[in-house]
Amino acid sequence: MRITRKAEFSASHVCANPAWSVEENSKVYGQSANPNGHGHNYVLEVTMEGDPDPVTGMVFDLRELKEILNQEVVEPMDHRFLNREVPPFDRVVPTAENIAAEIWRRLEGRIRRHQSVRLANVRLYETADLYVDVGTES
Amino acid sequence: MRLTRRYRFAASHRLHADALSEEENRRLYGKCNNPYGHGHDYVLEVTVEGAPDPSGQIAHRASLDEMVRGQVLSRLDHMNLNQDLGEFKTLVPTTENLASFIERTLREHWNLPARLARLRISETDRNAFELEIAR
Repeated sequence: MRITRKAEFSASHVCANPAWSVEENSKVYGQSANPNGHGHNYVLEVTMEGDPDPVTGMVFDLRELKEILNQEVVEPMDHRFLNREVPPFDRVVPTAENIAAEIWRRLEGRIRRHQSVRLANVRLYETADLYVDVGTES
Repeated sequence: MRLTRRYRFAASHRLHADALSEEENRRLYGKCNNPYGHGHDYVLEVTVEGAPDPSGQIAHRASLDEMVRGQVLSRLDHMNLNQDLGEFKTLVPTTENLASFIERTLREHWNLPARLARLRISETDRNAFELEIAR
């Protein structure tokens, strides 16, 4: 069975590779390359998979998941300039793909300790019209 | 990893199967068989799959948008599907058939490094048609 919890954070970023010229970055990332940055209201959906515990009836305690999401994602990233304040985005371009992959790594590190459940999917909406899935099936 | 982009287009259609009688068409398609047609604001999700390239992207947004707008939206947006597309002169423009048409069109012109993995179309916000595309 799969359970999903949602979290939100607002952050600014610049999508530009410092090794490339302004023209190249603008060609690759469009408006997102503006050096002063711009922001999004990111929406994160985290899906876990496992069998409900016979005693508690839960796949995973959603309060604990909320706490993990707060510690690993919301507190470090909410209302931050990702490139300047949140490693590894000082050296990794914070595209939706790279942010989703970083969130997967952070959560996987915490959830791996629980044997009865696994992280199944991380979906990150950058806008309502663009999202990235990182998961065991994608 | 997968990346999904959402697009919108408005189009009209009439559901009517030539192989069935007038009465059968009315019974099967109900209001959708209205002879003058009717329209929807369709929402199309295009999902691509692959590993991010050195720019950190599975697909460059501008290239994906150009592909979908150029090959699909330009043909469908503000069109009458039955009358303006050769495809649906004989084929009923159900959203199932529309999804297959979009898949064929995108496959035919696809030149992005990422694989086309999935299409999802909503005709209204109360229905959705989803197509996983085999490797």
